Amino acid sequence: MGVGIEVTNLNAWYGTNHTLQDINLPVPANHATALIGPSGCGKSTFVRCLNRMHETNPVARVTGSVRIGDQDIYADASPVEVRRRVGMVFQRPNPFPTMSIYDNVCSGLKLNGFRNRKMLDEVVERSLRQSALWDEVKDDLKKKSGASLSGGQQQRMCIARALAVDPEVLLMDEPASALDPVSTSKIEDLIFELKSQYTIVIVTHNMQQAARVAEKTGFFLNGRLVEFDSTHKIFTNPSDKRTEDYITGRFG
Amino acid sequence: MTRIRFHRSLDDLKEKLLVMAGLAEQAIQRAIEAYRVRDLSICDLVSRSEMAINRLEREIDQAALDLLAMEQPMAIDLRFILAVIKINADLERVGDGAKSISDRVRTMDNMAIADLPVDIPRMASLASNMVRKALQAFIEADAEMAQSVLSLDDAVDSMNRAAHVSLANVMATQCHLAPQALNALMVCRSLERVADHATNIAEDVIFWVKGADVRHKGSVDADVAGSLEAPVSRHAN
Repeated sequence: MGVGIEVTNLNAWYGTNHTLQDINLPVPANHATALIGPSGCGKSTFVRCLNRMHETNPVARVTGSVRIGDQDIYADASPVEVRRRVGMVFQRPNPFPTMSIYDNVCSGLKLNGFRNRKMLDEVVERSLRQSALWDEVKDDLKKKSGASLSGGQQQRMCIARALAVDPEVLLMDEPASALDPVSTSKIEDLIFELKSQYTIVIVTHNMQQAARVAEKTGFFLNGRLVEFDSTHKIFTNPSDKRTEDYITGRFG
Repeated sequence: MTRIRFHRSLDDLKEKLLVMAGLAEQAIQRAIEAYRVRDLSICDLVSRSEMAINRLEREIDQAALDLLAMEQPMAIDLRFILAVIKINADLERVGDGAKSISDRVRTMDNMAIADLPVDIPRMASLASNMVRKALQAFIEADAEMAQSVLSLDDAVDSMNRAAHVSLANVMATQCHLAPQALNALMVCRSLERVADHATNIAEDVIFWVKGADVRHKGSVDADVAGSLEAPVSRHAN
C-alpha cells in the first residue's frame, strides 16, 4: 500500500541557484498528485528530492524534511533504501538495451540479491500485469530485448520495473510526453489503476492529463509552490491569479 | 500572453452574444409597445427579431462547442463558455417571450380596448430593466451588479401574482372582458418569465466571475432540510 508524504520547508540548490524555496506540501497516500508549472519552475527538482536523486548531482544541496510514512528520508534512511521505497519513471523510457524484457523487469530485484527463479517469475508476471503489458509480451519475455518494444510498451515495461521492487511511492516525471495518444491513454489508465496500491506523484506539462488522472494538483512557479489544492478546484476555480493565468494561457 | 487566437475567439463569442442580447432586449420592448398601442406592424418587427435571435442562438452554440472541443478551456475561460451557452439559451427564451406577447396582440386585434386593473407597462419596465442590468453585469464582468438583479425578481413575481388575482376577478365579474383579461394574464406570465431569464443570466454571470453557483439557493436548502413542502423554483422551465 502507498504511504503519505509530508514535505516541510524543503529548499534545494544547484550550486548557487536556489531552485526550490520553502516548499510545504502534503502528498496524500494512495492518490495521484500532479505537479504542473512552466519549464524550469522546479517541479522535476521537487520529485527528485522525494527519492534523494537530487543529491546525485555534486553541486546540488537540499535542506528541510521529507517524511515518507514515518521516516524522514534525509535523516533516517540511506539513498538506496529510499529508492527501494520510491520508484521512478522518467520522461523517456530507459530500458537496458542488451537485456531481455524479463531481465529488464527483474533487474532491480537481482541487484538487491534476489535469485530465487520461481519468485522472480512471479514478480515479473505480477509487475507486467500491473503495468498492463503482460498479454502483449508474455510469449517473448526472454526472447525479445526490452529495446525491441514500441515506445509505449517500453514505458510500461519501465513502470513494471519500478513496481517489481514493491515500492510504496511511484514518481513519474512526464511519463507520457514522448508517447502517442493511444500509449498515453494506456499510461493514464494505468495510473488510475495503480493509485489504489501506490502513492503517485506525476509531473506533467499536459494539464488535461493532470485533470484526468490526479485528485490533487500543485502549481509551481519560479521555485515556489504557488497553489496546492484539489485538481477540481485548480482547474475550475483556482484561488491564486498566477495559477489561473498559467492554466488559461495568459501567463508568460 | 499566450493562446492569443483562443482569447480573440472568446472576445468574438462575447461580442456575438451581446448582439443577440441587444436583439432580445429590443424585441421585448417592441412587444410591449405593440401591446400598448395595438400596432400589428410592430408585431412583424418582433417576429423578424425572433428569427434573427434563433439564428444567432445556433451560431453561438456552435462557436462555443468548437471552442470546448478544440481549445480545452480551463478555469475562468471554461466558466465563461459555459455561462455563454446558458445565457444564449435564456436570451432565446426572452425572444420567445417577446414573440408570445406579440402573438397575444394579434389575437386582441379585433377586441375592444378594456381598462384592466393591471399595470403591464410598469411590469414590462421592471422585467426589461432586469434584463438590461444582467447584461450590463455580463459586459462588465461585475458579480455585484449581477447579484443586485436577483433581488429585483421578487417585485415582478409579486406583480404577476397580484395580476392573477385581479384579472381572475375581472373574468368572474365582468364576463364580457374575459378575453382581454385572459390575454393580459398571458402577457403578465410572459413578462414574469422574462424576469426569470434575467435572473438566470445574472446567476450565470456570478458563476463566470466568481466560480460560485448561486442557483436554487432557497429550494436546495429546503430540500436538504427535508421540507415536506415541494420547493418552488423561481425559474422558468
